[in-house]
Amino acid sequence: MAETKTKAKKSSRKKSDALAEHGISEELALELMRDMLLYRRFEEKAEEGYAIGKIGGFCHLHIGQEAGAAGSIKPLRDDDYVMSAYREHTQALAKGVHPNAVMAELYGRKDGSSGGKGGSMHIFDADCRFMGGHGIVGGQVPLATGIAWKIKYRGEETVSLVFMGDAAVNQGGFHEALNMAAVWNLPAIYVVENNEYGMGTAFSRVSRTDMSTKAVPYGIPSHTVDGQDVLACYAFFRDLADKVRHGAGPQFVDLQTYRFRGHSMSDPVSGTYRSVEEVRQAKEERDPIALLRDTLMEAGVLDQETLEEMDAEARQVSLDAADFAEASPPPGPEALYANVWAEINPNGRLFFDGRPESEEAN
Amino acid sequence: MAVMTYREALNEALREEMERDPDVFLMGEEVAEYDGAYKVSKGLLEEFGEQRIVDSPISELGFTGLGVGAAMAGLRPVIEFMTFNFAFLAIDQVINSAAKMYYMSEGQFPMPIVFRGPTGAALQLSAQHSQACETYYSHAPGCKVVTPGTPADAKGLLKAAIRDNDPVAFMEGESLYNFKGEVPDDDDFVIPLGVADLKHEGGDVSIITHGKMIHVALQAAQKLEKDGIHADVLDLRTIRPLDMDAIVETVKKTNRAVYLEEGWPYAGTGAQIVSMIQEEAFDHLDAPIIRVTQADVPMPYAKNLEILAKPSANHVIEAVNKVLYR
Repeated sequence: MAETKTKAKKSSRKKSDALAEHGISEELALELMRDMLLYRRFEEKAEEGYAIGKIGGFCHLHIGQEAGAAGSIKPLRDDDYVMSAYREHTQALAKGVHPNAVMAELYGRKDGSSGGKGGSMHIFDADCRFMGGHGIVGGQVPLATGIAWKIKYRGEETVSLVFMGDAAVNQGGFHEALNMAAVWNLPAIYVVENNEYGMGTAFSRVSRTDMSTKAVPYGIPSHTVDGQDVLACYAFFRDLADKVRHGAGPQFVDLQTYRFRGHSMSDPVSGTYRSVEEVRQAKEERDPIALLRDTLMEAGVLDQETLEEMDAEARQVSLDAADFAEASPPPGPEALYANVWAEINPNGRLFFDGRPESEEAN
Repeated sequence: MAVMTYREALNEALREEMERDPDVFLMGEEVAEYDGAYKVSKGLLEEFGEQRIVDSPISELGFTGLGVGAAMAGLRPVIEFMTFNFAFLAIDQVINSAAKMYYMSEGQFPMPIVFRGPTGAALQLSAQHSQACETYYSHAPGCKVVTPGTPADAKGLLKAAIRDNDPVAFMEGESLYNFKGEVPDDDDFVIPLGVADLKHEGGDVSIITHGKMIHVALQAAQKLEKDGIHADVLDLRTIRPLDMDAIVETVKKTNRAVYLEEGWPYAGTGAQIVSMIQEEAFDHLDAPIIRVTQADVPMPYAKNLEILAKPSANHVIEAVNKVLYR
């Protein structure tokens, strides 16, 4: 795999200073490498599972964008909240959801994080405070604002971090939510994973203004971060989350990244809306795993042997997750009517399909 | 028993539930400093402060979603729509987020939230401000729908809705806010969801209805009494959960039924009820069931046309005569 092969090409950046500059220990840097390798291999395993029909529906891969997941979620506390849209498998992993549970969910199995009833777009884990997995573009932005409202209401010192794609900033709910977060000074961090395309539409074709301007009208500080540089991301979000949990109010982050795969599995990697050359160049120059590898090797923190060991481990965890998913049974038919309602009222009817199973659930 | 208005009954329910549970808060347009567009939240800001009685921007989609997120995180929001006419902007968050969250997370995120406000027509507010919205919400599994028609029902059902762990669309009547009625003094007066109420008893025909249409039905029932026709008026009170036992019971008693609702006929609540009656009590019917609804047009402004468009006691009497073959 390209990202684990050392290249002779030199970057102009002073890589040996990167760890010190960002206040990141060698140990932590290696952990971030391990995390990103897992995300990459996990997604490749999902891609494979989709290709052989084990995974159905829509499946949106995060390959190329791993630094954004590791660099923003890993600095958070366990009791911080993270919410996302539908390209969220790796973000769930970063927040601590077990790879087995995520893969089983993709497979639509009983042991999936949502019992097989959510699928790729609806990974939830209440214990990890991973709040989904939402399928309507921008729909999660008001929800995460409500979580931030709860944090403030209860006087807690946590933050609500929410991811969205670049296309979400053209939705009304985004603007309504940011306005309210600003008015009420809520502990919310709005992260745009700006991969330059909303499905097949370049951002520049649907916005006359730059991403960095989008939160300005609401009085929310706006930050631009290189979303391929995991060390920069980590340092940035570590400091930002600390400020927000101590009252700095909502923040907007333009996390600049690039998607190496199609929008979903049914979309070719390149084609009508972006060129083969563009994608090739991004993979060559902006692969977050390769960038970190070069930095760490140059700094003498990582050698080829260790890298290969880490990669083998990531592949094994992904393989185990796929095996686990394969072994997990599909949800039983009794699951169909379970959890439609949190409260089955003792009176009246809640299901109307006239099937005996629904009468039992009533 | 105390006599109070529908508005005061709602206000009492909110106050009592907020006193009872610190996680309950009210958010919406003009609910705090203005005391509510219809004064339902009068005095609550003073009592509970701006953290719990919250004036929102005019951002229905935004503050509805905020409420849903707050409920995911463990609070019990009451979201006020100035009217449900404005809630169309927010229905994505009600249906796609609130109603489905519990299911798609396999029970990890209960959704204890109430969306409340007036539904239906008032007087000459024209097309965009005069529509009954129940059907949009009752259509979606995961959402409960409550339509109180009297002050007592308003109080008891709102308390139940706030305590319920599922999203509840609580739909009030704009023209009912000044309506007075007796309300039990008990500060723990809760009417369970899913229990219909026989508001008038007779054996000849069943007028089944919900929400503020109960008053039209009662008016019709009184007029019919003079003709010697005695009608059951069954108030469903909640549309989901639905008290189907009570519906079947009245139909078995009278063998003839009319469904009255304020909304449009196509795929309306009545369409659902009629379908279920024919499935479950077909052999007890002596005539086809007739529905009385708003005219199948957007609400006109002109006073005469509005009167023609709204379902009236006379429409109900006509329908009753038909099912009685009179």
